[in-house]
Amino acid sequence: MPAAVIVTDLVKQFGRFAALRGVTAEFAPTRLYAILGDNGAGKTTLLRALAGLMPPTRGTISMLGTTNLRSVCGQLGYMAHPSLLYDEMSGMENLRYFARLYDVNNADQRCADVIRAVKLDPSLARPVGQYSQGMRQRMSLARALLNDPKILLLDEPFSNVDVRSAREMVSLLAGLRDSGKTIFVVTHQASLLEGAADEFVWMEAGQIVNRTPGLHATSEAR
Amino acid sequence: MSTVASLTRATLAKDLRLEWRSKDAINSMLFFSLLVVVIFSFSFDPTAEESRQIAGGLVWVAFLFAAVVALNQTWAREMRNQVLDAYRVSPAPPNALFLAKVVGNFIFVTVLQALMTPLFIVFYNLRALGPAYQLPIVAALGTWALVVNGTFFAAMSLRTRSREIMLPLLLFPISIPALLAMVEATGAILTGEFSARFWIVLLAAYDVVFTIASLFLFGFVLQAE
Repeated sequence: MPAAVIVTDLVKQFGRFAALRGVTAEFAPTRLYAILGDNGAGKTTLLRALAGLMPPTRGTISMLGTTNLRSVCGQLGYMAHPSLLYDEMSGMENLRYFARLYDVNNADQRCADVIRAVKLDPSLARPVGQYSQGMRQRMSLARALLNDPKILLLDEPFSNVDVRSAREMVSLLAGLRDSGKTIFVVTHQASLLEGAADEFVWMEAGQIVNRTPGLHATSEAR
Repeated sequence: MSTVASLTRATLAKDLRLEWRSKDAINSMLFFSLLVVVIFSFSFDPTAEESRQIAGGLVWVAFLFAAVVALNQTWAREMRNQVLDAYRVSPAPPNALFLAKVVGNFIFVTVLQALMTPLFIVFYNLRALGPAYQLPIVAALGTWALVVNGTFFAAMSLRTRSREIMLPLLLFPISIPALLAMVEATGAILTGEFSARFWIVLLAAYDVVFTIASLFLFGFVLQAE
């Protein structure tokens, strides 16, 4: 099966600081990857580059068989550390708007489905700005799932989420992986993904330094 | 094309809803314009004839400064929670976002003008001696000139550290030809001393050129880091 994502000699510089230093890797489809590393290791930069938000200084990204990321952006789902939601609108209003951007068919039904999938209530009229941090995170995940993407890029989806909700999110992600999606999760809470992630990708100083199937195997290898 | 039109409508509806709920832009613009009207009328106390001579400049400068407030708000709203990134990763065309913002700002400034014009008339004892039917045309073309450039440059200064300062620095110099045309056209209509036709044509040409240029360049601005 051809790789879902191929990254070749990826370099991203901010002035004189290199956030990514020649990252080269292949990621197979229908797998869940946990991207781990200390602060400043380049995890978020790698994710933003994959999302097409940050053109690389050097190197190439091939996604779903093309290096033209714009042509496949409709098949990507991206969840950032901030919510990417309008605080003044309800969850449903937010999703309805984003559904228009992706030209989602039967939008109302789809919006309600993804909101239920993240264990929120679609009829909640409260603006997102009044949600708890955990609810906002889940609504943000719902937004990323709206277009039924083939590749999901998630930056810290479990931050500020209670353990029970985080476990529910992990099992949702595992289910999505089983249904054929390729998922990248940047997280500092690696233990949550133990047993669910297919591979743990460790980054350090802008490079991938290790890839192993288990969290502990990774730690030992390092 | 239909996608651009449909997404422009969706984004415009979203922006109007957000403004209706927060009233950030319209309140700031109203307050600012009100101050200008009152302070200038007490400072100068002009005769009706003097008012007709200076009103064009006064009105448009007030609207220009007030519009800057709305223009900054437009994009600040997209930067909260980095919502703009959600648009950037979507397949939606950049021009739909730009057009929605321009039309939204046009509506906000037009509402402001509708509310402030009666006050200007009362405070400055204004009466048009020329063809008054041309005033709405000048207002529409002038407002479009302000908001199309303003929306574009506000987007450009979005990621700069002092964007509130940067926007006027970029916008005002490039708006001088349009501002001159608005002021002269308004003055011509109010005094009836000369025809406003040349200035109206100049404004229309300015609008066409800058709308096309902004639409062409906005994609680069949106995708810039």
